[in-house]
Amino acid sequence: MAKPMETPMTHAIDVSLFDSRGESEPPETLKTCLEVRDLNLYYGDKKALASISLDIPQKKVTAFIGPSGCGKSTLLRCFNRMNDLIDNVSIEGSILLGETDIYEGRLNVADLRRRVGMVFQKPNPFPKTVYENVAYGLRIQGIKNREILDEVVERSLKSAALWDEVKDRLHDNALGLSGGQQQRLVIARAIAIEPEVILLDEPASALDPISTLKIEELIYELKSDYTIVIVTHNMQQAARVSDFTAFLYMGELIEFGPTERLFTNPGKKQTEDYITGRYG
Amino acid sequence: MQSPRASDWFQSGAPWIWLSAAAVSISLFAVLSLILLLAVRGFGHFWPDTVVQIRQDNQTVLGEIKQTEAIAASRLKGLGVALPDGEKIIHRHLIKTGNRELTGLDFRWFYHVTEIRPPEDVYVLERREWGNFYGYLKAVNGRPGPDLGATLQQQIEAARAIQHEITQIEKIEIGAVNFQLDKLRLKARRLELNNALNAANRASLQAERNGLDRRYQSLRERLTQLHDKIAAGTVSMQTSDNRVVDIPLSKIVRAYQPNKLTVFEKLSFYFEKLWEFVSDEPREANTEGGIFPAIFGTVLLVLIMSMLVTPMGVIAAVYLREYANQGFLTRLIRIAVNNLAGVPAIVYGIFGLGFFVYFLGGAVDQVFYPESLPAPVFGTPGLLWASITLAVLTLPVVIVATEEGLARIPRSIREGSLALGATKAETLWRTVIPMASPAIMTGMILAISRAAGEVAPLMLVGVVKLAPSLPLDGNFPFLHLERKFMHLGFHIFDVGFQSPNVEAARPLVYATALLLVVVIIVLNLSAIAIRNHLREKYRALEN
Repeated sequence: MAKPMETPMTHAIDVSLFDSRGESEPPETLKTCLEVRDLNLYYGDKKALASISLDIPQKKVTAFIGPSGCGKSTLLRCFNRMNDLIDNVSIEGSILLGETDIYEGRLNVADLRRRVGMVFQKPNPFPKTVYENVAYGLRIQGIKNREILDEVVERSLKSAALWDEVKDRLHDNALGLSGGQQQRLVIARAIAIEPEVILLDEPASALDPISTLKIEELIYELKSDYTIVIVTHNMQQAARVSDFTAFLYMGELIEFGPTERLFTNPGKKQTEDYITGRYG
Repeated sequence: MQSPRASDWFQSGAPWIWLSAAAVSISLFAVLSLILLLAVRGFGHFWPDTVVQIRQDNQTVLGEIKQTEAIAASRLKGLGVALPDGEKIIHRHLIKTGNRELTGLDFRWFYHVTEIRPPEDVYVLERREWGNFYGYLKAVNGRPGPDLGATLQQQIEAARAIQHEITQIEKIEIGAVNFQLDKLRLKARRLELNNALNAANRASLQAERNGLDRRYQSLRERLTQLHDKIAAGTVSMQTSDNRVVDIPLSKIVRAYQPNKLTVFEKLSFYFEKLWEFVSDEPREANTEGGIFPAIFGTVLLVLIMSMLVTPMGVIAAVYLREYANQGFLTRLIRIAVNNLAGVPAIVYGIFGLGFFVYFLGGAVDQVFYPESLPAPVFGTPGLLWASITLAVLTLPVVIVATEEGLARIPRSIREGSLALGATKAETLWRTVIPMASPAIMTGMILAISRAAGEVAPLMLVGVVKLAPSLPLDGNFPFLHLERKFMHLGFHIFDVGFQSPNVEAARPLVYATALLLVVVIIVLNLSAIAIRNHLREKYRALEN
C-alpha cells in the first residue's frame, strides 16, 4: 500500500481536540527550560544561524516552522549537540539547559544527550528486538537488572501508546513494525531514559495520516512530563500540537510567541506571508 | 515490419548479457570439470582393481593394469626397447606388479603381452612396508590347510589388534613419559640458570625422574612382549614365478582376493579405504595410508589464522573509517593496505621467517624458554608463526571488506544511538559493528579462501612433509602452537613432486587436491552460513 505523504489533514482531525490554548498560562509565569542567547552557527564560512535568542518554556510544546533550509533543524540539533558530528561547524553564543551551558568545553556530551532526547525524521530503530531497542539507553548506562529493564520498557512503550500493539512481540525484530509503529518505538526509546527535553525533527513527515494522528496525540500526552521542541514544515501540525511557535527564515528568528497569536495575529509581515502561503 | 538491424541489437545491450552469461558458464564449467577430474582420478584409486596374471615371453607376472596405450613401434625402438620385427603399433601396459622387495620396482611397462588372465584365487596383501604383495596363499604360520583364507584374516585381525596396542603405547603413553621427562630436564636447567639448584630439589627431581624411568621401563617391557607376540606369525606366499616368500603378519594391513569380491564387497572395501585415507596417518613416504594429519593441520591453521586476522582487520578498519582524519595520510595508508594484497605470497613467507620466527621467536625463547636454549622452542618455524604469517597475508582483504561494511551503515542509526547518550565507542560496539558483521564475515570468507590454498609461504614458516605428532594432543597445554605441522597443499607438492614412487603417488595427488578443495568449500560454506544468519538478523535498513 502506498503511503500518501504529507497529506494535509485538516479535514481528518478535529483541531479543537488538541487545542491547549485555553488552558495555557500567560508566558511570563512560565519557567524557561532552554535559554538560547545570541547563537550563531557557521557551516565553514556560510552562516546558517544568525544571532538567535529565545527561551523555550518548560513542559510545553514549542514548534519551529519555516521554509526548507531556514535553519530550523540546525537549531534543533544544537540543543543536543548533534551538529558536533558534522565537520566544519562552528558555533558562537550559548544555550543554557537549566543551569548548564551546553556548549561549555568540559561538558560531557553523552550526559547532555541523556537529558535532551531526540527523534529523527525517518524512523531509525536498531536492528534488534523491540525490547532491546527500548532498553538500549539503559544498557548504555550499565543497567542490567532484568526487573528494572522490564518495568522501564513496559512504561515507556505505554507512554508511547505502543504497548498494546507490541506486547506480544517484544522479542521480535523491531524492523518488522510498520513505519508509524517504528516512529513511536523510537519515541519510547527516547523517553525510556527520562530526558528533560525531547527534540522531534519532523517526526511525522515520513508517515501516513493515521500514524501522523497517533504521533500528534502522543505529543499532546507527553507534554505534561517533558519539554518538547518540534520541527515541522506542516503548519497545520504546528497549529494543532504546539503551545509556542518560532518562525525562522534564512537563519534568522523572525518571530516567536504563543501559537494562537502567531497564527491569528502575526507580528511581522514575513510571518504572515509564510503562514498564508505566499512563499515557502 | 522492419527487419532487425545489428546496431539495434548492440544498443539493446543483449550482447553484453550474452557475454556475461558465457563467462559465467565457462567459469562454472571449469570448476565442475576440475572437480570431476580430481574426483575421477583421485577416488578411482581406492577401488579394488582386478589382478591379472600376464605372460610376456617366458615370464609371468601378477599385477593390476593401471594404463594401456597404443604406441608406434618405431618410437619404442628408438628408446632401445627390444621388440619383435614386423609390428607397427605396439599395445603396451603399465602394470602395478607390487612385490617390491623381489623386483625393485612396483610399476613396470610390458610391451608384448601374450596372455592376460585374472586368476580366481590371487591374494593382495597390503603391507606397512614395501607396498602391495601379489601372490597365492600357501601357508599361514608354516601350516597349509583347508581354511587358509579364514585363518589368515583371523591372524591379521589379531596382529592388527596387537599393532594397535603397540602404537597406543608408543605414541601416547611413552610419548607422555618423554614429554614429562623433557619437562623435568627443562625444570632442572631452569633451576640451574637461576642458581637455585640445591640438594633438596635435586633429590626431588631425581625422584620424579626415577618414577618416570620406572614407568618407561614397564612400558618398554610390555612393548617387547607385544613385539615378540606379533613377530611370531608369518604368511607364506607363492609368486607367479613359483617363488615362496614368507611375510611377517605384523607387516600386513589387510589381505583380500580382489577377483572374488562381489560388487557390494568391493563397495564396502572402497569406503573402508576412503575412510582410511581421510582418517589415518600416512605410510611409506606419504604414498600409502591416509592424510589425516594434513587435513588436521590445514583446518587448525586456517582457524587460528581467522581468529588472528579478524580482530586485527576489524580494529584497523574501524580506525581507518571511523576515527582517522580522512586526510592525505589516511589515503596513503589505505592505498598501502590495498597494495599489500598484491604482494607475492613468498615475500610474506620470507618476512614471516625473518621477523616472526627468527626475531620474535628468538626473543620469546630468550625471555621465556632460556632453559631449552640453544634448542629453539618458538625460534623455529611452527604453527603459530605460520598462522600469523597467513593472517598478515590476508589482513588487507578483511580490512577492505570491513571498511565497506562500515560505510554502508546508515548515518541515522549512528545518530539514533548517539542521541540516546551513547558515546562513539559504545555506538560502534553495540550497533555499528554488529550491523557490519556480515561484511566482516565476507572478509573472513575471502581470507579463508586465500589462506587455505596458500603453500609457498608455509614452506618457510612451519610446514613439514611428515610431522611426528599433531599440534593438538593429550599433554598439557594440549595445543602446541610451536610444533611443525602438515598441510594439504604442501602434501600435494611433496607427494606429487618429491616422491620416490611417482606412479604410486599420482592418484593420491588427485585425491589430496580434491580433499583440499573440499576442506576449503566446507570452511567457506560454514562461514557463508554464519554470514547469512547475521545478514538475516541485521536485515537491511535500506528501505
